[in-house]
Amino acid sequence: MAIADTPVLIGKIVEEELRLTLDELSGVCSVERRRIVELVEHGLFDAQNAGDQRFGGDSLRRARLALRLQRDLGVNAAGASLVIELLERIAALEARLR
Amino acid sequence: MEFKDYYASMGVPRDATAEQIKQAYRKLARKYHPDVSKEPDAEQRFKEVGEAYEVLRDPQKRAAYDQLGSGPKPGEEFRPPPDWASGFEFRGPAGGDEGFAFEGDPSEFFESLFGRAGFGAAAGARPHRRPDRGEDHHARVVIDLEATLEGATRALTLRVPAMGDDGRPHLRDRTLNVRIPKGIQAGQHIRLAGQGDKPQGEGKPGDLFLEVQFAPHRLYRPEGRDLHLDLPVAPWEVALGATVAVPTPAGSVELKVPAGSKAGSRLRLRGRGLPSEPPGDLYATLQIVLPPSDSEQAREAYRAFSAAVPFNPRAALGA
Repeated sequence: MAIADTPVLIGKIVEEELRLTLDELSGVCSVERRRIVELVEHGLFDAQNAGDQRFGGDSLRRARLALRLQRDLGVNAAGASLVIELLERIAALEARLR
Repeated sequence: MEFKDYYASMGVPRDATAEQIKQAYRKLARKYHPDVSKEPDAEQRFKEVGEAYEVLRDPQKRAAYDQLGSGPKPGEEFRPPPDWASGFEFRGPAGGDEGFAFEGDPSEFFESLFGRAGFGAAAGARPHRRPDRGEDHHARVVIDLEATLEGATRALTLRVPAMGDDGRPHLRDRTLNVRIPKGIQAGQHIRLAGQGDKPQGEGKPGDLFLEVQFAPHRLYRPEGRDLHLDLPVAPWEVALGATVAVPTPAGSVELKVPAGSKAGSRLRLRGRGLPSEPPGDLYATLQIVLPPSDSEQAREAYRAFSAAVPFNPRAALGA
């Protein structure tokens, strides 16, 4: 299913093979550092290592989701964190129903 | 070009106040936000609402839009009038406390009226750019489950905005051959270093992040690194116990069904899920399937069984 004569790109799984610094995470999300710090303060995700603040790759998905919710729905960091927790609970319940 | 009735998109009358428009936007944004909504056309509707709000929230854009009246008659082509927007000054995206809402492109209609500069994220959501690096790109891709099982290479087509010869951005298809990392799970991202935007000046290009989703699979439902499978069994297999063949991504294996298992019981095959690090498990949910009673022989067997084993499945109902 690949196209011939085109190089194959090999990437890394962000969630497992990368640890992002605060600067990298805010850079990837295109926001200022304080917006990420705010999400950490609301417990949306943890820095894995308090010393140099490395974030697990799943933080990327949660951070981007939280920032979208804040931007589009006008909720604050606390509201976005609550929405994400509830969405995850719904997803878990729905998975059990299937 | 199709005329867009922004008032209809937001479900407000043409004389709605700014407050009413804001309320309508909030309500619709909650209803159709693609991250939250279960509506089938959520993404499309959300874009329409976002575009309508971008115009109606801004007094200048709204006033200019109102001059168009209610648009051409159905079926007629819309063209901006020649004196369109003379005397109006648009200053790019309207600032504001919230909203807008959009990572895609405005409609042709919007662009013909306000240009692309009028479109974009509102204040506060303005991207924070790094001077020494190109922008990172994000895309969502749907792949088949087999790709992650084998670590296969797939051609993925992304739609990316690119500057055209006429100096305006257009969407174009970009196809990449990507090795899907073995064992990647739904919701995880693949980072392709250097495949984002080129920087304005000196510096490194940005990265491309692909968020992985799986297309529905015939047999397996992935959940994180685990796989779930419905395993049909005959009544006597659960009653007496049996060893049955179960498909797994790495080939068929024998699974022991304990005597007395119930419908809906889950049996775990350790390490037979996605080949992640560590590998996930495969869960087989037992589904008892009755043999059809479509032959005299089968019906006779059912009769003999009911005579031999007195059984009232409704005993607990007390009727």
